[in-house]
Amino acid sequence: MTEQDILAGLGAIIEEIAGVPVDEVTPNKSFVNDLNIDSLSMVEIAVAAQDKFGVKIPDDQLKDLTIVQDVVNYVARNAEGSA
Amino acid sequence: MTGDRETVVVTGLGATTPLGGDVVSTWAAMLEGRSAARRLEEPWAEDLPVRIAARAAADPAEILGRVQARRMDRCEQFALVAAREAWADAGSPELDPERLGVAVTSGIGGIGSILAGYDTLKEKGWSRISPFTVPMLMPNGSAGWISMEFGAHAGAHSLVSACASGAEAIGYGIDMIRSGRADVVIAGGTEAAIMPLNIGAFAVMRAMSTRNDEPERASRPFDRARDGFVLGEGAGIVVLESLSHARRRGAVVHAVAAGAGYSSDAYHIAHPAPDGAGVASAIGRALADARVDPEQVVHVNAHATSTPEGDPLEAQALVKALGPAADGVIVSATKSMTGHLLGGAGAVESVAAVLALRDQVAPPTINLEDLDDDVPVDVAAEPRPLIKRGAEPMAVLNNAFGFGGHNVTLVFTAA
Repeated sequence: MTEQDILAGLGAIIEEIAGVPVDEVTPNKSFVNDLNIDSLSMVEIAVAAQDKFGVKIPDDQLKDLTIVQDVVNYVARNAEGSA
Repeated sequence: MTGDRETVVVTGLGATTPLGGDVVSTWAAMLEGRSAARRLEEPWAEDLPVRIAARAAADPAEILGRVQARRMDRCEQFALVAAREAWADAGSPELDPERLGVAVTSGIGGIGSILAGYDTLKEKGWSRISPFTVPMLMPNGSAGWISMEFGAHAGAHSLVSACASGAEAIGYGIDMIRSGRADVVIAGGTEAAIMPLNIGAFAVMRAMSTRNDEPERASRPFDRARDGFVLGEGAGIVVLESLSHARRRGAVVHAVAAGAGYSSDAYHIAHPAPDGAGVASAIGRALADARVDPEQVVHVNAHATSTPEGDPLEAQALVKALGPAADGVIVSATKSMTGHLLGGAGAVESVAAVLALRDQVAPPTINLEDLDDDVPVDVAAEPRPLIKRGAEPMAVLNNAFGFGGHNVTLVFTAA
């Protein structure tokens, strides 16, 4: 699973849950400030990401993942670690 | 102001009902006397004693779009769709957000979201429950969403009184304006409860019609062969406004929201008091609050749900409250066409009452083939013209009653 794969997968999740077009989900975007995603939707996104990538994002980690690239990195790191 | 208090008028109407996705289509279907009741084809209905209901004509999720719809219970979706229509009908007034209020409620709240969330809890565990479940199940969710949509800061309220809720919300909206807390209030009720639990729960009370082979003939208020109500869904919303505010902006006034009356039976949690005294009190208090004489009343949109017990009591209470003037009143039961929208009923029926006043026509009570002997009022089986009876202005009533012994009557007078 490349970073590109994760970004594309995350984009699809965010489009489904928050209605943000997938091409707007770029690495440096802030979930709150740029994509207008609230904390409730972030919970949904984290659960969907767990299903898609097999990586659980604990609450204490989730609060620190503020931009799209943070989630991509977290998933890449933990998917590799568990592989 | 009229003398000592602000006059409240209706400047916007919105509805999404089993008969139509908006006010125009709903009202046209009512005047045509169409029934919206259909057979339930879902597998879950197979084992229930009641396999009929009146589904909304338009799917609100399609109108709102997937992203918004997945955060809102179906009852909230109905309310928002109807509120948008009512707001547009009012001319999308521009006003100080601190002067705009909301009074929108539901009899049950987001029961579909409760059931779906519980299924998820059992099957997949707590972490898979939608984080929007709480705002989807709370009965005040619709008021919250509508306040956000229109930026209403004067207060958003949700009184709950079962099937009287929608009418009670309109009464509360009238009070918000009279008391000076708001110039404009978006008010009404909504419900989306066509679920196996609700149907089973009402059926086990023996409150619902089991005329499964003839859904369109099942809801038959005041008819001797009535055997219970047919469950409907949808929402009705009105925009209430102080007359002075409406005049300043040149708004079209559909009717005067002249007053409201309330009573509580304090008798039984689900049965109406057998003497109808509570209903008569609500009607009498509403007329007093509206400063309307019984001779002004030309039409009543009755609560009449098609239950054997409730319909004659309401008719007898009307006679008790109006006295000899009851003779000239044309009564309609539009639940014969829409089914019973529970917390949405009083609001949709207020929309119908305002339209009846505006167009000077009483909608029909369909399936009225054999008027019950215990119904001592003139029930319109066909659309009937409403004719002024000498006293001015013409007034119409909308009754709504709820389990818990709640009785609400609203009075509308001609603009």
